[in-house]
Order: sequence, then structure tokens, then C-alpha cells
Amino acid sequence: MTPVYLDNNATTRVFPEVVEAMVPYFTEQFGNASSIHAFGSDVGGALRQARRSLQALIGAEFDHEIIFTSGGTESNNTALRSALAANPERNEIVTSTVEHPAILSLCDWLEKHEGVTVHRIPVDKQGRLDIDAYRAALGPKTALVSLMWANNETGTIFPVDGLADLAHEAGALFHTDAVQAVGKVPIDLKSTAIDMLSLSSHKFHGPKGLGALYVRRGTRFRPLLRGGHQERGRRAGTENAPAIVGLGKAAEMTMATMTDDMARITALRDRLEKGLVQAVGHCFVTGDPYDRLPNTSTIAFEYIEGEAILLLLNKQGIAASSGSACTSGSLEPSHVLRAMEIPFTAAHGAIRFSLSRETTDADVDRVLDAVPAIIDQLREMSPFWSRDGAAPQTFDPAYA
Amino acid sequence: MWEYTEKVKDHFFNPRNAGALADANAVGEVGSLSCGDALKLMLKVNPETEVIEEAKFQTFGCGSAIASSSALTELVIGKTIDEARRLTNQDIAEFLDGLPPEKMHCSVMGQEALTAAVAAWRGEDLEDDDHEEGALICKCFAVDEGMIERAVRTNKLTSIEMVTHYTKAGGGCNSCREPLEELLADVNAAMVAEGMLKPEEAFVFGAAPAPKPKKKKAQGFVIPDMPPVAAAPAPQAPAPIAITPLAAPAPVAEAPAPAGRTPAQEAIAIARVIEELRPVFKADGGDVELVDFEGGLVLVSLTGACSGCQLANQTLGGLQKRIAETLGRSVRVMPVAKT
Ligand SMILES: Cc1ncc(COP(=O)(O)O)c(C=O)c1O
Ligand code: FES
Repeated sequence: MTPVYLDNNATTRVFPEVVEAMVPYFTEQFGNASSIHAFGSDVGGALRQARRSLQALIGAEFDHEIIFTSGGTESNNTALRSALAANPERNEIVTSTVEHPAILSLCDWLEKHEGVTVHRIPVDKQGRLDIDAYRAALGPKTALVSLMWANNETGTIFPVDGLADLAHEAGALFHTDAVQAVGKVPIDLKSTAIDMLSLSSHKFHGPKGLGALYVRRGTRFRPLLRGGHQERGRRAGTENAPAIVGLGKAAEMTMATMTDDMARITALRDRLEKGLVQAVGHCFVTGDPYDRLPNTSTIAFEYIEGEAILLLLNKQGIAASSGSACTSGSLEPSHVLRAMEIPFTAAHGAIRFSLSRETTDADVDRVLDAVPAIIDQLREMSPFWSRDGAAPQTFDPAYA
Repeated sequence: MWEYTEKVKDHFFNPRNAGALADANAVGEVGSLSCGDALKLMLKVNPETEVIEEAKFQTFGCGSAIASSSALTELVIGKTIDEARRLTNQDIAEFLDGLPPEKMHCSVMGQEALTAAVAAWRGEDLEDDDHEEGALICKCFAVDEGMIERAVRTNKLTSIEMVTHYTKAGGGCNSCREPLEELLADVNAAMVAEGMLKPEEAFVFGAAPAPKPKKKKAQGFVIPDMPPVAAAPAPQAPAPIAITPLAAPAPVAEAPAPAGRTPAQEAIAIARVIEELRPVFKADGGDVELVDFEGGLVLVSLTGACSGCQLANQTLGGLQKRIAETLGRSVRVMPVAKT
């Protein structure tokens, strides 16, 4: 039984070509890019090449607007702290209630310990940002707006272009956590007002532990890590050359086929989603039906609990993830689903299927085959489910 | 993913006695959809012999909740009501060769359902019982004093973290932290008096959090740091909690507040703090209002996006801290429904 991997928002498989491109930088070209001798001489060139590939993928005007980091988390931490440090006369951050913990827990910390005021803008039931609340929160004290490009749990896309313009009207910097968006939606930073953007290599088939922060030329910046002069003094520490080369290769490959891949993935995702909603009943798709990542589908199954679903799926070789409390060890469903006011009847049973360009028709068939029986089996066991069709509570699906 | 034992996996993948029992004559129901797990235990008891002849369950919950329910039915079948009522959550966990610590509440849920079913068989009115057992401590997960006391005694719990693992109490908004600490300290003290617990093991209210019981399983989730609710905040060193830009000088000046304030003056001071923090709640799309104030309890109503959201509860924590600083003593801020 070949495994079916539909947890690509958690991480992706590194492309074999990427691994191949990385290997020489462990074995032969292992030198330090800063060294004069031959062991490091080729490394500098490879890093430049990787930077250019990434520049193309995100449409940055200059390659030196890219700072390599250890991942999305470091990029986010750098962006927030840099904006605060570089604008000492402003001490407020505007963000949303549905950001990744790499933003939210940092904001909690800044609020609690460093005198920063944080405005967390709510979302509606489809996960769309409350624009009025956003406008109202912006002000002369706003140092930075940080709003994600695409949500990791539901795939909902925020209109970051317009949001960045509004931030600038208030004189604030605009940062976006685009970890889930890069490689899945076209990004052309030079035509936007976005000042900073975080991305992570392992979400588009590159190696883990590597990411980048885009910082628009001219943006006031303060490094998070001080030390050597790497990355033009903006991120000290010997470059992780193999990983950077890997990210470059992954960016190049992603860029080459993105349009076709995403059209195909959208079709697969839609087939999966429609098939499940029709076959199972009493479930609904979460997130913005009109503006969502092409690869993400989070379906909330009513009256059952997500971990149980995942365990049964796993037994059949299918990997997905859940917004349920039990898998994370937290006792409450995900903050994203709660912020969207997904009723408890369904929030505990939310399952995220996230596809990639390696997903096949056969994978989707396997899921369509397996899930209805699993849901039935668990509902049969659920005290809230009544067999005779009439569900214990009527429910208004957000999207069917 | 969790490290479940083979036994847990077996009882999850092949649950015994799942489904409805049409001619059940003793039924126990615990939990709810919002809590994330619920169990309906159905027993068929022989009225003559009081032997449990059949047992079935319906469970909404994770893998270990389903496995615990299955184990529970296997454990009770063939026992008399008297024998069954002596079963504890430990027996369920042992039957399954153990549960991850964070999942012990699943076994407790099993025991609670059994207690409810036995009470139903005896014709005891559980509702009344509940009240005798004491107040609701944790609103997030509907856990009352009685359930916490039973879990603490049965499992010799001596830290808040363990209480949360076993009962879920305190695992949500954390606003029940203080009553939870008080209760745990009381029960532990009683256990020491009864010789069930060594004095040095007992949880002491207001003391530094007890050391973590054991090193955690690697893949386990670490309960986020809970802000310790100081029993008596040191007035001299108020932590700078700048929840609003206005916060800077005000609380420092007011912190070492003289104890001489009348309740009315205190109420005014509280109202002022709330007024100051309102913009924070409004920015998040909601609102907060002072409803009542008595002694150490400040009741507020939350509306709009605030009510029920985790965020509001974090902000409430900030509010509690500010009020405590302003009054120079500890208070508890509780959200109540607006009538
Ligand atoms: C939206 C978002 N931001 C940040 C991160 C963190 O990225 P990394 O794992 O590279 O630190 C993730 C990954 O889970 C993510 O989904
Ligand atoms: S009331 Fe106990 S965690 Fe919220």
C-alpha cells in the first residue's frame, strides 16, 4: 500500500533534484563562502545563483532584498523586532487573530514584557479579515502591520496588496507571513507596497531549517542576530550553503511549472472536496470559498473528533492533519477555527488535506474511498449522532 | 502523534461493545460537544443479582477516549454494581497498559460515566448530587469540585498541570487557575492529614509552582507557561505590563495603593482601569463592562467578538493584573453573562 501524503502544509518532501543539487556542498564545496581559497570559491557563486532563483519566484526587484534565515519562524521574529527597533517612536503592532504561532506568541510576549500594544484583528466565519476593524486599528503609533498572505489551516488568502497600501497611509511598515503562499500563488513583490515578507523553504520541496526574509530596499532594518558580516550584516552566521542551494533549486523548479501545477492541484483539490462533502454529509469546507490556496481543503466533520479520524486514516496509509485539540495536546480546537466561530459541533472534527504537485489522481481516489466509511464508523459510535438521518442539531454549512 | 500502547490501539481500532443498548436500565452521560469529548455508558443490570450483564458505550472523542470507553465496558461486564462502583480511572488506565499523561482525562471520563450510571441505577438524583459536590470550578470544561477532588485523591495529584491532564480543568482560558490552586491545596492538605500524602509532596497555595513531575515525553505538547497568580502581589515591583499606551506611568504610581480605600473607592478605581483598557477590547471587535465587584471578585461582561474567545481571556488576564496592581491586592476577574 503506497502511502498517501496530504499534509503538505506541514511540510513537503524534498525534491530528489534538490537533494542532488545540495550534495556537492556537503562533500566537495564544503568551504566557507567568506574564505579566499578554492574550497570556498565556488560557494559564493552558488549562493548568488540561489538568491536570484528566489528573487524570481517572489518577484523582488533586487536580489539583495533577500536575507537568508533559518526558516519562517526566524523571519517572522526578525521582521517584528526590526520594525519595532527601527521605529522607536511607534510601539503598536497590528496583526490578526489567525496568524501562525510564530507571530502570535511573539506578539503575546512583546505585549506582556516589552510594552508593545498589539491589535489582533478578527476574522469572519469564512476567515476573512475584518477590514473596518483593521482600518480603525491603524494609527500614528502603528510601527508594523503583520498579516499573513495565506492561512496555514484553511488556506484563506488575505488581500495583502490592499492591506499594505492602507498600512502605508498610516505611515506603518507592512510585513506578511507568506510561508504558505510562496510557490502556491503568483507573487510579484516589486509591484506591491509590501515592505517585508517571510518564507520557508520546506513548504515548497526545499530543505527544512532554511527560509528567507524579504526586506524592500530602503526599509529601515535592525538585525536580530549580530555577529559576522554575512547577508550584508543583516543576519550574522556562516551561511547554510547546502540548504541555500537547495532552496534555490526548489524555487527554480517551482517557478518553472507553477501555473500548470496549480491548475492541476486545484482540480484535484476540488474533486476531493466535492466528493467528500457529497459522500459524507453533515460536513462543510472551512475558509474563504472565493480566495483560498489551491492546495488546501479543511473540512469540518460534525459530531466526531479529529484525532480519531486521523488515526483511522493513518491505518490506511493516508496522512492528513487536524485542527482538533487532541492531536496537538492542547485541550481546545485550533485558534484559527475558534476565531472563525466554527461551532464546536464541527471544530473538533476538522481535517486538513493539503496537496502538493506530487499529489496524484490515485491519491484522491484513495481518500474518497476511505473517508466516508471512517466517518460513518465514528459517527456510529458518537452519542451525538442519530442514525435515522435527522442529525441532533440543524446546521448551516458555510460552503457546500 | 501520541505514543499509545498496543492495548490502546487495539481498543481504538477494534472497540468492544460500541453502539447503543436498547434495553439499558442504567445510563451515565458525561462531557459535551464543546468540551471535546463525551461518553454515554449504557448498562443492563440484572435487578435480582445487581450483576451488570451487558454494557455498551457511545463516545465522541479522540483515540484514547474511545479506547478508555471500550476498556470500561470490558471491566464492568460481569461485575455487580457494588464491585463496579469501586473501579477507578487507574483501573481503566492499567487495563490499557497506560495512557499518555496528557490523556489521563479520558480514563477519568470513563470513571465519571460509571459513577453517573451507578447513581442512575440507585435512583440517586445526580443533579442534586452535583450541587452537594460543590461549585463549578472550570467553566471551559464544565468541571466541578467533586470531580476534581475525586481525581486528585484517586491519582494523588499534586500539581495544577497534573490536575489539567486528569480533568482538563484549567486547560482552556486559565481563569479558573486560582480556585483550582485553592482546591488542590485544600484536598492535598486533607490527604496529608489522612496520611495519604507526605507533607512535602502536597501542593501549597500561593507557593512557587510544584516542580514538573517527570520529564515529558519528547513528542508531547508542553502546556504553555501559565502566568502565576501571585497570592499577594509585591506592590514594590509591578511588572511593566503595557497593555495600553496609557499604561506607562499610571499603574506604577497607583500600585502601592494604601489599604485604606473603601469598597466604593475601590470600585471607582476598578471602573477606571476597565475604562482605560476598553480600547484594547474594542480593537479586537468586542467590549468589556464592569458588572459587579465584591471583595476579591470582579465580575465583568464581555460582548461581541470578545465573549468566549481565547483572546479575550488573555486580555482578561491582563485586566486582572492591572486591577490587582491598582488595588495592591489580588483579585479575580470573572466574565459573566450580561443579563
Ligand atoms: C504560516 C506559517 N508561518 C510560519 C511557519 C513556520 O515556518 P518554519 O517551520 O520554517 O519556522 C509556518 C510553518 O508551519 C507557517 O505555516
Ligand atoms: S474556566 Fe477553567 S480553563 Fe477556562
